Amino acid sequence: MNNQIDAWVQVGEVNDIPVRGARCVQHEDTTIALFRSATDEIFALEDRCPHKKGPLSQGIVHDDCVTCPLHNWVISLKSGEAQGADSGKTRSYPVKVVGKDVLLGLPQ
Amino acid sequence: MSNKQKLVVVGNGMAPGRMLEHLFELDASAYDVTIFNAEPRVNYNRLMLSPVLSGEKQYEDIITHDDAWYESHGVTLHKQSKITQIDRSAKCVESDTGIKADYDKLVIATGSSPFIIPLPGHDAEGVLTYRDLDDVETMIKTANEGGHAIVIGGGLLGLEAAAGLRAQGMDVTVVHLASTLMERQLDAPAGYLLEQAFEDLGISVVTGANTKTILTENNHVVGVELEDGTVFDARMVVMAVGIRPSSELAKSIDLETNRGIVVTDSMHTSDEAIFALGECAEHRGMCYGLVAPLYDMAKVIAKQLVGDTTAQYTGSSTATKLKVTGIDLYSAGDFSDAADHEELVLRDGSAGVYKKIVLKDNKIVGTVLYGDTNDGPWYFDLLKKAEDVSEFRDTLLYGQAYQTGDAPDPTAAVAALPDDAEICGCNGVCKGKIVSEISALKLTNLDDVRAHTKASASCGSCTGLVEQVLKLTLGDSYQVGAVVPMCGCTDLGHADVRQLIKSKGLKSIPQVMQELEWKTSCGCAKCRPALNYYLVSDWPEEYADDYQSRFINERAHANIQKDGTYSVVPRMWGGMTSSKELRAIADVVDKYDIPSVKVTGGQRIDMLGVKKEDLPLVWKDLGKVGFVSGHAYAKGLRTVKTCVGTDWCRFGTQDSTGLGIKLEKFLWGSWTPAKVKLGVSGCPRNCAEATCKDVGVICVDSGYEIHFAGAAGLDIKGTEVYGLVKTEEEVIEHITALIQMYREQGHYLERIYKWAKRIGYDEVRRQLFDDAERRKAYYDNFVHSQRFAQVDPWSERVSGKDKHEFNPMAVLKMEVAV
Ligand code: SRM
Ligand SMILES: Cc1cc2nc3c(=O)[nH]c(=O)nc-3n(C[C@H](O)[C@H](O)[C@H](O)COP(=O)(O)OP(=O)(O)OC[C@H]3O[C@@H](n4cnc5c(N)ncnc54)[C@H](O)[C@@H]3O)c2cc1C
Ligand code: SF4
Ligand code: FES
Repeated sequence: MNNQIDAWVQVGEVNDIPVRGARCVQHEDTTIALFRSATDEIFALEDRCPHKKGPLSQGIVHDDCVTCPLHNWVISLKSGEAQGADSGKTRSYPVKVVGKDVLLGLPQ
Repeated sequence: MSNKQKLVVVGNGMAPGRMLEHLFELDASAYDVTIFNAEPRVNYNRLMLSPVLSGEKQYEDIITHDDAWYESHGVTLHKQSKITQIDRSAKCVESDTGIKADYDKLVIATGSSPFIIPLPGHDAEGVLTYRDLDDVETMIKTANEGGHAIVIGGGLLGLEAAAGLRAQGMDVTVVHLASTLMERQLDAPAGYLLEQAFEDLGISVVTGANTKTILTENNHVVGVELEDGTVFDARMVVMAVGIRPSSELAKSIDLETNRGIVVTDSMHTSDEAIFALGECAEHRGMCYGLVAPLYDMAKVIAKQLVGDTTAQYTGSSTATKLKVTGIDLYSAGDFSDAADHEELVLRDGSAGVYKKIVLKDNKIVGTVLYGDTNDGPWYFDLLKKAEDVSEFRDTLLYGQAYQTGDAPDPTAAVAALPDDAEICGCNGVCKGKIVSEISALKLTNLDDVRAHTKASASCGSCTGLVEQVLKLTLGDSYQVGAVVPMCGCTDLGHADVRQLIKSKGLKSIPQVMQELEWKTSCGCAKCRPALNYYLVSDWPEEYADDYQSRFINERAHANIQKDGTYSVVPRMWGGMTSSKELRAIADVVDKYDIPSVKVTGGQRIDMLGVKKEDLPLVWKDLGKVGFVSGHAYAKGLRTVKTCVGTDWCRFGTQDSTGLGIKLEKFLWGSWTPAKVKLGVSGCPRNCAEATCKDVGVICVDSGYEIHFAGAAGLDIKGTEVYGLVKTEEEVIEHITALIQMYREQGHYLERIYKWAKRIGYDEVRRQLFDDAERRKAYYDNFVHSQRFAQVDPWSERVSGKDKHEFNPMAVLKMEVAV
């Protein structure tokens, strides 16, 4: 991570997020999308496609990627990077799961 | 008493048993050993409780250390004595039975306790957990009287309990919260196979089931009620929802604890004289629930006890095997999706085999095997050794013994079909018939097969399959024509997939992916929505729509806009509206600050720029005057444009507005391969532009001229004439049958004009206009499907369905980010 983490904030429980789906967390002016993969891994990305700011939280989640709902770019949930021929990167945030709780690492 | 050092062990489970064996090997005379055990027995192999429950073994068979062993090793064992107090300064422990013992070194090995969900009724008689021999004995006793048992939890323990109770003759239902069984060890495809295997054992499995209450009478279990209202009766409820490290004792003496008792790499707790061992220990943030890591810990403590301070435990990878007779399943390591993980997947649908290997930097980091687990230990070994597998990764999936095997056969899915499987749906031709005609008449190509059997002679959807049958029968001399695969996850085209879903009776996405040998574990954004549609369309009654396989518009029931807001288009039946409706729209626009209101090209009103969280509120207000969703977002019926017709127009020949409204009211709801738009014009002047719609009606003096297969979007194409009918009822029957035929045959995202061109316009007329019986059958199928589909999605969501879709999970205030 390029940012130092200053706080782990509990944002909810794993089961709040649908499997192969996403939920959003509003942090000041930023919307952060939390994704849950088919294997129950949780990832966090800024809810903003590197292409034209599409809300990635509204996309279809498959394997470790999400397909943007606006123009179908495929974004890696882990790195935030656009896959295939497209290039661009969305900011990603660290996530920890402790028991059922989802903790989001926020930089200051 | 000697003046040897004193070692006291709290808990006599599997981990300390192993530790003592190592200790005595290293130095049999180093310590005087005293063990306290809350259970009234010697050390036994807890893993083997399942075979005891199923009746395959007896308690005597699973004893690890018998009384003679303790005696010969000079170990004092206090059975049925639970340690309740530890005095760290005096270095002394005391049990609930009043026995005291001094120690120089203390090992806490209290294991775990089953987690009990505090549901109403959880403390009634007949609610059991599955942890020790007492639990097993109670279960067997209850099972002897038969009846129905509910197992809450579809993890390893729950499933073993379920299989054991079934073997004891009970009817068993497993209710599981997650959507697939053993979701922590298995991915969805393997979870699906496991569920099938359990159903085959006669055990019902209910997934996605949240238990609400345990029903009791006179403080005895009589049933279970789920959150969705389903009620099962039950004589026994086994809760197998997880375990908790038993760390209360350690906590009470202020040792550092977290989830478990925190230990260092040398297995010391925060007190130098005290070790923690087994499931109660937490090492580098991990608590383990399987024995292999505990055995590694046991070895380290034994060494530490004899003064080898270099002995360190650095964590373990774990592998799981389910111990249910007849089910082969193996899972190890990390099989999650991650950007730097690569998946290798092998599926053999006919043999029920699924294998997945996850690689990272050319090393195995995880594996899931189902059906054929022989190579599990080999993969696990490669994983633990972090061996580079690049040299043999192409053949890795075929296993260690692979030397001369052939590449997987693409015709396998068709080869596995029984002779009576229908290949051509249009003409009702089954596989056996095609094979026998090919052989008997020495047919060598597709055209011959079409001519002699009619297979693939109509809509052509099954061409790929017929070609596979040709190849199967003729061998390599027959070259299969190129099929455009649905996506990178499969080599099969849309037509083959649709046909195989029907002929193999596939009823869920994981089942399709397994049986048709998908190359990825959970598909992609191209194939998942398509499969979801095919299943909804083919099994309207049984198939549960997969929400996460739908495009956002169909999940949110509104159209997403470029800035992430949504647009809302209510139905205006046939383009008609009223002052009441317009007033409600005006009010909603003001109340929710909706920035734009536009009249659409489809004769209705679009409110654009609605915030997602406002959607249910907007729908609620619109719903009050009777508005329902206009499905402007759906692969389904969109608009039915009409003109004013005989009501007002001096040229009108029939009631085009009324007919349009009837059609819209009859046809809305069911999903279609792509969107469907209709137009009804009152005369050939065609003011409703009916002749560029998917289906159009031109009213004439003698009746109604039905048109189809028009387009006015990316392509522009005038409609084809379908036929002339006399009454409104006939119009509705013909159009409904036409749409249903398209629903059953169309490829996902293929508009009616493309589908009709693929099949041939004449073929459509022949099957529908000329064939009353067939038309009636299509009509009936549509009506059946509407029973499950004609539900207004907006009012459902106003009543709370899919709430999570419209609310943020959390709103973080400034102050939390310290
Ligand atoms: C709102 C509307 C434009 C308008 O302001 O009038 C519209 C808006 C959109 N159209 Fe359209 N179409 C609208 C009438 C039409 C018409 C005219 C008609 O229906 O008579 C056509 C040509 C007729 C046809 O469908 O053949 C039309 C042909 C398309 C196409 C091309 C489809 C094709 O197969 O060629 C697309 C793209 C697609 O579906 O993939 C499209 C896609 C879209 C989408 C859904 C684009 C998108 O994917 O986001 C637009 C959604 C905006 C929104 O949020 O509401 N829209 N669109 C019209 C809504 C009608 C309604 O009441 O439901
Ligand atoms: C039915 C079943 C099937 C399983 N199958 C597998 C499998 O296939 N593979 C696998 O790897 N693992 C399996 N496990 C898990 C495995 O059995 C455990 O990981 C292992 O037994 C844990 O060993 P332990 O010594 O830490 O604790 P335990 O074996 O639980 O022993 C702890 C003992 O300490 C006693 N105790 C607790 N508190 C006190 C106290 N204060 N004073 C005195 N005594 C106390 C308890 O009564 C208990 O006897 C299975 C478990 C069960 C229940
Ligand atoms: S014509 Fe293009 S820009 Fe206009 S609404 Fe239709 S899809 Fe959008
Ligand atoms: S905004 Fe995401 S693909 Fe265009």
